[in-house]
Amino acid sequence: MKVAVVTFPGSNCDYDLYKAVQQVGAEVEFVWHRERGLQRFEAVMLPGGFSYGDYLRAGAIARMSPVMEDVVAFAAAGGPVLGICNGFQILCEAGLLPGALMRNDVLRFRSHDVLLRVERDDTLFTGDYEKGQILRIPIAHGEGNFEADEETLRALEGDGRVVFRYVDANGEATEASNPNGSWHNIAGITNEAGNVLGMMPHPERAMEALLGSTDGVGLFTSLVASLSTTAGGSA
Amino acid sequence: MSQADATVTASPVPPRDGDPAITPEVVADHGLSPEEYERVRTVMGRDPTFTELGVFSAMWSEHCGYKNSKRLLRLLPTKAPWVIQGPGENAGVIDVGDGYALAFKIESHNHPSAVEPYQGAATGVGGILRDIFTMGARPVAVLDSLRFGDLDSGRVRYLFSGVVSGVGDYGNCVGIPNIGGEVVFDRGYEGNPIVNAMCLGLMKHEDLITAVASGDGAPLMAVGARTGRDGIHGATFASEELSEDADESSRPQVQVGDPFTEKLLLEASLELIASGAISGIQDMGAAGITSSASEMAGRGGSGVEIEMSAVPVREAGMTPYEILLSESQERMLVVAEPGQEDEVRRILEKWELEAAVIGRVTDDGKFRVLENGRVVADIPALPLTEGCPTYEREGVESEEIRALREADLGEHLIPEGDLTRSFLLLLGSPNVASKQWIYHQYDTTVRSSTAVRPGGDAGVIRIRGTNRAVAATTDCNGRLVYLEPKTGAMAAVAEAARNLVCVGAVPTAITNNLNFGNPLKAHIYHQLREAVLGMRDACEAFETPVTGGNVSLFNETDGRAIYPTPVIGMVGIIEDVSRITSNSFREAGDDILLLGANTGELGGSEYLYVTAGLVAGQPPSIDLEGERALQQAVLQMNHERLLASAHDCSQGGLASTLAECALGNGEALLGVRAEIDEELRPVVSLFGESHGRVVISCDPNNTAEVLRIARLHEVPARRIGSVTPASEGFSLTVRGGVVSAPVDRLARAFFDAIPSIMDASPTTGP
Amino acid sequence: MSQYRIEVRVKPRPGLLDPQGKAIHHSLNSLGWEGVHDVRVGKAIYIDLDAADEAAALEAAGVMCRKLLANPVTEDFEVTMVGALEGAGS
Repeated sequence: MKVAVVTFPGSNCDYDLYKAVQQVGAEVEFVWHRERGLQRFEAVMLPGGFSYGDYLRAGAIARMSPVMEDVVAFAAAGGPVLGICNGFQILCEAGLLPGALMRNDVLRFRSHDVLLRVERDDTLFTGDYEKGQILRIPIAHGEGNFEADEETLRALEGDGRVVFRYVDANGEATEASNPNGSWHNIAGITNEAGNVLGMMPHPERAMEALLGSTDGVGLFTSLVASLSTTAGGSA
Repeated sequence: MSQADATVTASPVPPRDGDPAITPEVVADHGLSPEEYERVRTVMGRDPTFTELGVFSAMWSEHCGYKNSKRLLRLLPTKAPWVIQGPGENAGVIDVGDGYALAFKIESHNHPSAVEPYQGAATGVGGILRDIFTMGARPVAVLDSLRFGDLDSGRVRYLFSGVVSGVGDYGNCVGIPNIGGEVVFDRGYEGNPIVNAMCLGLMKHEDLITAVASGDGAPLMAVGARTGRDGIHGATFASEELSEDADESSRPQVQVGDPFTEKLLLEASLELIASGAISGIQDMGAAGITSSASEMAGRGGSGVEIEMSAVPVREAGMTPYEILLSESQERMLVVAEPGQEDEVRRILEKWELEAAVIGRVTDDGKFRVLENGRVVADIPALPLTEGCPTYEREGVESEEIRALREADLGEHLIPEGDLTRSFLLLLGSPNVASKQWIYHQYDTTVRSSTAVRPGGDAGVIRIRGTNRAVAATTDCNGRLVYLEPKTGAMAAVAEAARNLVCVGAVPTAITNNLNFGNPLKAHIYHQLREAVLGMRDACEAFETPVTGGNVSLFNETDGRAIYPTPVIGMVGIIEDVSRITSNSFREAGDDILLLGANTGELGGSEYLYVTAGLVAGQPPSIDLEGERALQQAVLQMNHERLLASAHDCSQGGLASTLAECALGNGEALLGVRAEIDEELRPVVSLFGESHGRVVISCDPNNTAEVLRIARLHEVPARRIGSVTPASEGFSLTVRGGVVSAPVDRLARAFFDAIPSIMDASPTTGP
Repeated sequence: MSQYRIEVRVKPRPGLLDPQGKAIHHSLNSLGWEGVHDVRVGKAIYIDLDAADEAAALEAAGVMCRKLLANPVTEDFEVTMVGALEGAGS
């Protein structure tokens, strides 16, 4: 499997993401935001950071980058696309995911570990987790407060497109366990087709016990596993 | 050097239209004494032009010329086999093994932060990052050492929250994890906050590059952001005639940070260095083009010629004076290899940045500036960079401070009321309390290499591809330096070293930031000299040479100086990441041991400040040999994998230290049952801040071996109790007293202290 | 007492670097708006308040700007009257 990690000016988790993909044994390549053509990849990842300094709105300028046309086409063709943190914000700005990420309700940047409950274990990205499993993953963002209109929110819950939710140690989605005011403690969602995942927490920073958690590994192994099972036909 | 002085002389330069005449007032406004101005005239062999005066004023300022500190700084040890680059470059560099080198440095941004806390702190971080990546190293960690007045002032809360946001937003955006530092609140810093930022960068040995301009004819290029009127020397504002656009409100002094551009500049600079297209690179920091160009020429023994009209500017109508002294951020000066200009441009364009040839290296030893081909400044480079007069002054201890030190603390040794009440007060003091409110605003895990995050004794960054890690800490207890400068400075170095050995790192080298008041006052100079002497003794005893740093003097408001605050930024090496040790207790049932002994002083303690508002008394004595033995003992225990935790015992004393070990980051609370019998008053046993102490915990099966190692190093050691489940509470019994409380009560005091102040009370704007 | 709506515009002081404006400027240029030669970003704040008359409302807003809404070190402000509000709680 070959994964593209797209680097925008101001991306700063691209290297971490690259190393995480490498760690699970997949091939990975950086793609500069002005490059075109993603056909040779089987998955595309948009890393965290501050593309264009988060000026104007987080992700608003990056989504105008030339490569984004290809990301949109790649997603439309069913290719798996993962956006983490700023990557999630860019996916929302680009319309690949619904809703928007507003400023944290505490009005401050928040950086610490959070606990996430896995809501779906049947997506391309979560097959190696168990439904209800609790993951320890770091967050680091100032604008992670997921918001959308009523209809969208109903659809997200109704269709089971909420993949990760902020919870406490007992697995309860409480107000205290919600770091940013996100609606229904949403930490990660997919698009309708299920091939585009956006999440605020950083699984690529939870890959080694030395650094505090290995709970992010499953996300990357899940993707590798789901692509290798489908690859038989297409490759 | 004197040869060069004698042979290079200034050519005549006619005055530039519109520049003010040079009067004694103009000279004084530029911060030069009449004697210093005479020295300028001697160096030049004539009167300087206004532009030239501006250049001298910047280069001979304390910030660039170190005129009041240079002679003292020479006393510090700077050499060791592992030092690759000592003082004098953008940053110090040491060998950390496996082919890697570590560049590191600390720098102050006190004054800009007092004027505009957010931008002041942000640009402070930006500057220190550039000092690191101009060495060829990739920044991997930031630490911040901050000091403010007491938080009961709205103005102080405004400064504090602004500085924390500024440090956070800049580092977060560039993507450099913050791994620690310190924050102190004390009325001694009321009018003058201290904002020191430290950065660590890693590189392979072969990637080291220095800031030297050499090679006659080599092109000089300005890269990065454009030059505006930011931060131009205050003196310019005194002159009406300065530029076409004379509206003073249009001449901002405040430097605004742009972390996004910094991130691009960081990537572009590292790519430039790797490309081989350049031979030298330096940040245009304080005093902008002037200092970067003249220092690069000075180091290379060469000259430079710069054309002002070639410098990319942000605003029209800037004079040479303004361009030369602008402190616009996120700019670099590079010396390109001849013929490689287009390669430099190509790399900068990829990162959506500008590069422009603005001059060339010459072999005539001059710092020459042209405006549309006409010479506006022509100065011998070496005397400009090296010829700043340096002073050694008379230092005399302040009688007032001596009296404070010698004050009788008798009445304070008997606690008013309940010891547990004092203990909770101490734990809830912002100086002792958890700093999570601060570092939860800092990205601490970006780059996926942070092995110990803020809240530990020292931050730790692993080196990918190796089994190694580097650790760093910043320390200084200004109260102790105030009461007794020499021991206070020794104590700062010793505390830094203890913090490093607690995480398992071998103390290796330091960078220092000397924050002091006005050195022209005899008692301040006394503090500065004594502190440097103390630092020297400690650095020699611990074999931790000084590889560079920063001096910030004149930190005074209304004639009141800050506490003398020589912040120590110390780095250490961990050879095996599996030995990294936490400062939090691990599990109930472990033994708790105290290494080191209480020497009985209460002077300068947080206890006195919190209970009596007092900064007085004899501060704790320090035994450098004993400290060294303690460091070695802890390292050996670590090496033999005997330790479950290790935590330096400092502010708040033994009681607070044990509580911190039990509370950890708040996620897994534990309890403590401990007892220590010392021939001391209860408050001294519980809250005294003697140096040379470390609290460790270990599996009871390892206790005998730990005690044996302590004996071997002649370090006092004793088992003082056990870690318990949180439900069993916290108790520490001393001779004649006890503190005890439910753990969740300690947790509330400790974790809620700063949030309850900052989230509840409004800040007062500028 | 009447109700007034006031618009406060806070913007970076002339000459001061505006990193956000710079990035947007660059982006607009690269999207093809070559004619854009400067962008500066400020914010608009709308305040509904009770005051004796227009002058008093404007004066109060000016004080708010100096005390809280603008940072005099880095920002300038302009206060304009949007108008009197009809009825209560508009």
